[in-house]
Amino acid sequence: MYDVAVIGSGVIGGLIFRKLTEYKLSVCLLEKAGDVCMGASKANSGIVHAGFDALPGTLKAKFNVEGNLMMKSVADELGVKYRENGSLVVAFCEDEVIKLKELASRGEQNGVKGIEIIGRERLKEMEPNISDEAVGALFAPTGGIICPYGLALAAIGNAMDNGGELKTDFEVVSIEKEEGGFTVKSANGECVTSRAVVNCAGLGGGKIAAMIGDEIRIGARKGEYLLLDRESGSAVNHTLFFTPTEKGKGILVSPTVDGNVILGPTAKEQADGNVLTSDEGLAFVSKKAGEMLKELPLYNTITSFAGVRAYSERHDFIIEESESVSGFFHCIGIESPGLTASPAIAKYVVEELMAGRYGWERNPSFNGRRRPDYFFKDLTAEQKNAVIAKDPSFGRTVCRCEQVTEGEILQAIRENPPARDIDGVKRRTRSGMGRCQGGFCQPYVAQLIARERGIPIEKVTKSGGKSYILMGVTK
Amino acid sequence: MSSVKVICTECPMGCEIEVLVNGDEISVEGYGCKRGREYAEAEVVCPRRVVTSTVRSSTGRMVPVKTERPVKRSEIFAVMEKINAAGCSLPVRIGDVIVRCVSEDINVIATANVD
Amino acid sequence: MKGNYDLVIIGGGPAGLAAAVAAYDSGVEDILILEREPILGGILNQCIHNGFGLTRFKESLSGPEYAARFISEVEKRSITVLTNTAVLSLDKGKLVTAMNAEEGVFTVQAKAVILAMGCRERSRGALNVAGSRAAGVYSAGTAQKYVNVFGYMPGKRVVILGSGDIGLIMARRMTLEGAKVLAVCEIMPQTSGLKRNIAQCLDDFGIPLYLNHTVTKIEGDERVTGVVVSKVDENRKPIAGTEIHFDCDTVLFSVGLIPENELTKGAGIELSRGTRGAVVTQSRETSESGVFACGNVLQVHDLVDFVSEEAEIAGVSAARYILGGEVKRDAVEVKNGKNILYVCPQLIDKSVGGKVKLFFRVTDTFKAPTVTVRCGNGAVQTKKLKVAVPGEMQSIVLSEETVRGLNGSVEVLVEVDQ
Repeated sequence: MYDVAVIGSGVIGGLIFRKLTEYKLSVCLLEKAGDVCMGASKANSGIVHAGFDALPGTLKAKFNVEGNLMMKSVADELGVKYRENGSLVVAFCEDEVIKLKELASRGEQNGVKGIEIIGRERLKEMEPNISDEAVGALFAPTGGIICPYGLALAAIGNAMDNGGELKTDFEVVSIEKEEGGFTVKSANGECVTSRAVVNCAGLGGGKIAAMIGDEIRIGARKGEYLLLDRESGSAVNHTLFFTPTEKGKGILVSPTVDGNVILGPTAKEQADGNVLTSDEGLAFVSKKAGEMLKELPLYNTITSFAGVRAYSERHDFIIEESESVSGFFHCIGIESPGLTASPAIAKYVVEELMAGRYGWERNPSFNGRRRPDYFFKDLTAEQKNAVIAKDPSFGRTVCRCEQVTEGEILQAIRENPPARDIDGVKRRTRSGMGRCQGGFCQPYVAQLIARERGIPIEKVTKSGGKSYILMGVTK
Repeated sequence: MSSVKVICTECPMGCEIEVLVNGDEISVEGYGCKRGREYAEAEVVCPRRVVTSTVRSSTGRMVPVKTERPVKRSEIFAVMEKINAAGCSLPVRIGDVIVRCVSEDINVIATANVD
Repeated sequence: MKGNYDLVIIGGGPAGLAAAVAAYDSGVEDILILEREPILGGILNQCIHNGFGLTRFKESLSGPEYAARFISEVEKRSITVLTNTAVLSLDKGKLVTAMNAEEGVFTVQAKAVILAMGCRERSRGALNVAGSRAAGVYSAGTAQKYVNVFGYMPGKRVVILGSGDIGLIMARRMTLEGAKVLAVCEIMPQTSGLKRNIAQCLDDFGIPLYLNHTVTKIEGDERVTGVVVSKVDENRKPIAGTEIHFDCDTVLFSVGLIPENELTKGAGIELSRGTRGAVVTQSRETSESGVFACGNVLQVHDLVDFVSEEAEIAGVSAARYILGGEVKRDAVEVKNGKNILYVCPQLIDKSVGGKVKLFFRVTDTFKAPTVTVRCGNGAVQTKKLKVAVPGEMQSIVLSEETVRGLNGSVEVLVEVDQ
């Protein structure tokens, strides 16, 4: 029997999983997909919010501000790229400037440091490419950017290195409360027993809650994005938001931590988790982004994608033990700023809700640092040569656009959590994420996956399931 | 009398050539060169194509091949079947015969040096 | 590993190979070619179809055969080649940083550098085609590599978006290897590939070509299951109600090539908006003296024969630079006039001497147009064409005397006589 089973391997489940391995526990992470972090954490804006947006007194406000303060050290330990680039909420008329003042005072109540309202001149200095229509902005220096799936992957990998167990392709279909714990059953008939269960199932959070009799409605909202080539990385410095109005929040325009520019998201209610992009959605994003910037290099678009965010009808995070079933914890309805809040939520759930209550002991051999905690591309020539001397595969470039080496790809396939498909390698290494979108490197990555996993190349998938990249041999 | 329009594939110019057929008599108009004229005539009488493909070698490496001369267009898929059934051992050099007499007396030859 | 060479050539494809041979034969023997793939030849290695070399060798060669002719010329000369070697950066001072498994990261100081990195395909993302991210969406060149080099079928029922030459060639290749190609869609009213490829790749096999059509949606959860194709209006916008549905498992994109100039940008070399390659003189010298560019990294060519020709110019010019030193430029600008998409070279350096061949592409289809090169108010050269289409590169030559007489910038324009 496990001490804790965590359902869902997004950034919330992942960081809770890791936090649990700081204690002497046996822990497992259950994921229905073939790889970790396949839901909302895979496809979102990657923004570390400063914390002026959430209403004071909400869990969102509390965990946003706490999470923001924790993010740098968490990213550091896990070797995840993070940059405090600062956020700007841009006003395009005097009415919007009034709204900015409201946001600023909300931010102060929430305890956000350094917020100020700036005028047109200062804004132009900070963002030379800002639209001439902009009249001012709210500047939050503590806003940042991070790779969301990078954070989840690293946390899960680190937890596994510290003894946590991962079970992918484990779609939970039933949960039975029994004497001293729970039996969690998968669609394949596999059973896991655990003393406590944490529900971090994102979009599926309501369904999981229903399995123990809790009725929590979780809605789905799709967001579509465009991503621009790193060549256009200098088009924007800070994360730019439109001033929220009655008509909605608009979209954001931001650099990503890897140097691209991200535009989006749309926000459209839908019944399911489909991540299809639409003509209207992508056109809306292009149009809004064009209003924000003087010059928007849309010709440098390298990809578009959609993600689906879960939200609860409480319009706040649901982070609590089930009222009806003791030992079952919900962490669901984690919409924006959930990524920012994730380290604080993990700390709260494990330390405040669980550890004391169960009398857990700290795990003295826990190592919070993940190996290797560097990005090969960013090393100096001497450092690279030291790595290549030990393992020549780091000297072979596979993805030319993002300069990813064979060594890094092999590492992604071998280390925790292992990449099993093309997209899995891509999320871990950035191979195929550049301007040619895998046109050159995919055949090589597919061969490495086939070799390492001992499967024929026709069995290599793009993203698990039956998403085979090839359909047989030519002759 | 009938008239056939032919786009010449002999070179990148892509000349639009008109072939007039009157019983056994064939006349050609709009060609840019002698090769074009011959091509257009052949297109009406019996079109021919060079077939290019690959043969899987004994090591699994693919060897690019072509028919050393154009084969009848109507024979293309029959030729492909023979190419698909063929194998070869390495190394091969450009011009090595990989399949003999794949159509008429035309051979399939390697078009790359593969070690 | 030697730390300096007279000439470093980045890229061992058709451009790099021809440049190396030409430079060597012009008296520079200390040459290093850096190639990222395991073998020389570049993209020609996967272009196993015939039709290469008609201009240059007066015969129809396959890609590997064409490459082999140049590779054997390189092998005959004492030119150093490093394969499996990626160039990481080029500095302003012609210092090249590269990496491979044997040497690790190393630098080479060059007296002159020739950029010959080729180009890449525009991907689906560049077009923003809506729909799913299912497996089975490939650029035509990736499919070509799978089929021709590795011997795998990317799919069995195929729709191709874009009528670029690689897409047309792949329509035939996939058909020959047993796939069913259902349609080739082209958003423009004319194809972007060569006419002969329409004839021998589509018409021969009865593959329908849909002009003024584009893919508006890709369907499928895990693997592609279908696409929606729509007719477009004169603004290239899909017309509602014209949707055609195809059941297919594969979508290939053949929607254009982009010169791969990341190293060029890193070196601070000026790029042209028209070609997306470096701004060069007729010597193919970039804004950085002693750095030359040729082949598809400079401008996307239709034919490898012209790549070789251009690379030889770059090779000879680099040798002249290495042996004779820098000569002060006396350059006039070449501007895009009416109906011209781009002209390459963008500068004519009068100090070089000799005639100058200007390559250009037009913006639209023109029947029997006249090309004019104007300097000031007067025409310095004219040429009648049978037809000019954007998909086919054209050229016009200025004689040595004409070049000598240029007293300011020139403009190339194309007009149809009224």
